[in-house]
Amino acid sequence: MSKSKLGLALLATSILGATAAAADTTLTIESWRNDDLLLWQNKIIPAFEAANPGIKVQFTPSAPAEYNAVLNSKLDAGSAGDLITCRPFDASLALYEAGHLTDLSALEGMANFSGVAKSAWQTDDGSATFCVPMASVIHGFIYNKDAFKELGISVPETEADFFAALETIKEDGSYTPMAMGTNDQWEAATMGYNNIGPNYWKGEEGRLALIAGDQKLTDEAWVAPYRTLAKWGAYLGDGYEAQTYPDSQNIFTLGRAAIYPAGSWEISGFNSLVDFEMGAFNPPVQNAGDDCYISDHTDIAIGLNAKSPNAEAAKTLLNWVGSEEFAKLYANALPGFFSLSSHDVAMEDPLAQEFVSWRGKCHSSIRSTYQILSRGTPNLENDTWNASVNAIKGTESPEDAGKRLQDGLASWYTPQQ
Amino acid sequence: MPASKDSSVIRWHIVVFLAPAVLVYTAIMIFPLFNTLRLALYTEIERERVFVGLQNFYTLFGDPIWSDAFWNALGNNFWFFFIHMIVQNPIGIVLAAILSHPRLRFAHFYRSAIFIPTILSFVIIGFAWKLILSPIWGIAPSMLDAVGLKSLYAPYLGKEEYALTTLALISVWQFIGIPMMLIYAALLSIPEEILEAGECDGITGLSAFWKIKLPLILPAIGIISILTFVGNFNAFDLIYAAQGALAGPDFSTDILGTFMYRTFFGFQLQLGDPHMGSAIATAMFGIILIGVCLYLFGIQTRMRRYQF
Repeated sequence: MSKSKLGLALLATSILGATAAAADTTLTIESWRNDDLLLWQNKIIPAFEAANPGIKVQFTPSAPAEYNAVLNSKLDAGSAGDLITCRPFDASLALYEAGHLTDLSALEGMANFSGVAKSAWQTDDGSATFCVPMASVIHGFIYNKDAFKELGISVPETEADFFAALETIKEDGSYTPMAMGTNDQWEAATMGYNNIGPNYWKGEEGRLALIAGDQKLTDEAWVAPYRTLAKWGAYLGDGYEAQTYPDSQNIFTLGRAAIYPAGSWEISGFNSLVDFEMGAFNPPVQNAGDDCYISDHTDIAIGLNAKSPNAEAAKTLLNWVGSEEFAKLYANALPGFFSLSSHDVAMEDPLAQEFVSWRGKCHSSIRSTYQILSRGTPNLENDTWNASVNAIKGTESPEDAGKRLQDGLASWYTPQQ
Repeated sequence: MPASKDSSVIRWHIVVFLAPAVLVYTAIMIFPLFNTLRLALYTEIERERVFVGLQNFYTLFGDPIWSDAFWNALGNNFWFFFIHMIVQNPIGIVLAAILSHPRLRFAHFYRSAIFIPTILSFVIIGFAWKLILSPIWGIAPSMLDAVGLKSLYAPYLGKEEYALTTLALISVWQFIGIPMMLIYAALLSIPEEILEAGECDGITGLSAFWKIKLPLILPAIGIISILTFVGNFNAFDLIYAAQGALAGPDFSTDILGTFMYRTFFGFQLQLGDPHMGSAIATAMFGIILIGVCLYLFGIQTRMRRYQF
């Protein structure tokens, strides 16, 4: 049913596109977001075309797992679309360095984005930005409001509150305190270490110092999050060692767990599954009154194919991607994928609103391992997964984990040597 | 001189008949194999493929970061193989012995039922067992609870000390049909006369099994062992389906296949390195080659065969 609709829609756009091509410029967008096909066709493209007569847009996504390979071969063959959806960091940087993406630093719409937002699509020295940021995902904790009410727990502000809340839930016994497993490993690093960590290494300050070589992974700020993670183990469900990511999602949405260490991308999925009210809180700070930091991770952007014959029209679209109108459309159609622009975007979903409100009171940062530091072997991101799991299970001491990661990083990254 | 005339004629039909098999096999087996071996001698510097000789192997065995991972994977592989050998062969023999019992009813049914997991996909096996053993939804905890053995339950796949053994046992469960069938066939081929002759000499029951049947099925067990060896050292699918490419927990289930996959194709933020990946693949090829040669020249040639 939905497939045939999709087919019809595709057919319709291709026919329309073909007939319109005679008079208008047609732009083609390469993307891995095939989940968003209908969103582009029904909402984003019509809005853009209405505002910019004479430009037609086609959104032609491929499967996420194949995107990088497909895109590379298309770019090499010269058959890629005018606009390229950019993965963050090294994958897109490689495309820019190979001359496939245009430097967009001078683009008018770029002014609407902060330095952090652009960092994922810049050269290492920050001199050139080659993709317009589209969306980020924010980390935090989603909780079961009904459970909190039932047990008389208020939203934790500090780590002491947080662990006191976990202890209360554990003692009561009717809920698993926190739904997370270590079987798939990445949650421990992404929703664990990089979720709570920015509070310790002070977000961008620590992240950039690590890249510059001024801080080391053996420093207290980078080891302490492992020490906190080590305390999580007692509050994860029985047998969390073999609990997978879908297991955790199900446990929480079935109402069996009170807290879920989350990324904002869960919002739309969870909304359709839960029958209780959900709330969210940002990673608790160490002491009351401390500045809070959040992981506001840059995830998706859009750039210009250097060989595009329609560069002018494409730049019109890219400028529009930086506009408030686009930000509103995109953020509301996909709650949990937040606009990276500095526009004040009103969102309808209350949970998404809660997540995005942290940008106002906390400092934003991105995942510590994503920029530059995961280029070599051993891979710092993969090692962080492993170290976070070990910390939660208590099979490796936080200090040993920090030392192992530091040694691994120093083995190939010159500023850390 | 008819003889010399014969030898001067080129027998085209031999070439023609051999050609399809040789061409196909060369194109899809021999060429990729040697190309992989060749790829291991290169590396990529500044987007150019550069010949570096044995540099990748020095890195693999000399650099502690690589060699630790390699020896860990190799050690795990040997443990995986060891569990297969000590579990699958005795069970295979017992099953075959029971199946070949003349008075067993529904033998066909048992034979098919035991063989069915072998034809299932690794992905199905991996996910089915992950669910069975799951601490949250699995039936393993409640089944153990029902017989009062709840204390024996642990999240096996999530514990460093159990995960690899558990996966090896799952793999044995899946493939037990093959040793069973081969041993069963070997048992059936033992002529009645020999057993009857043994009976006349007073060898019956268990001692008939130990003294007559077992020596006669040893060649079959040898074949099974070498097939298991090759299969285990090439294994990848089950670990990947159950534990993912990082072969958790803490690389305790990492075997050569998953190590090679991670290196060759990359994983998450780690970009693929086809050259190091090929070096690992070459090492795997070498290990399997040595193992098979040891078997062929050290064991197979010394094995006693009986002609009836």
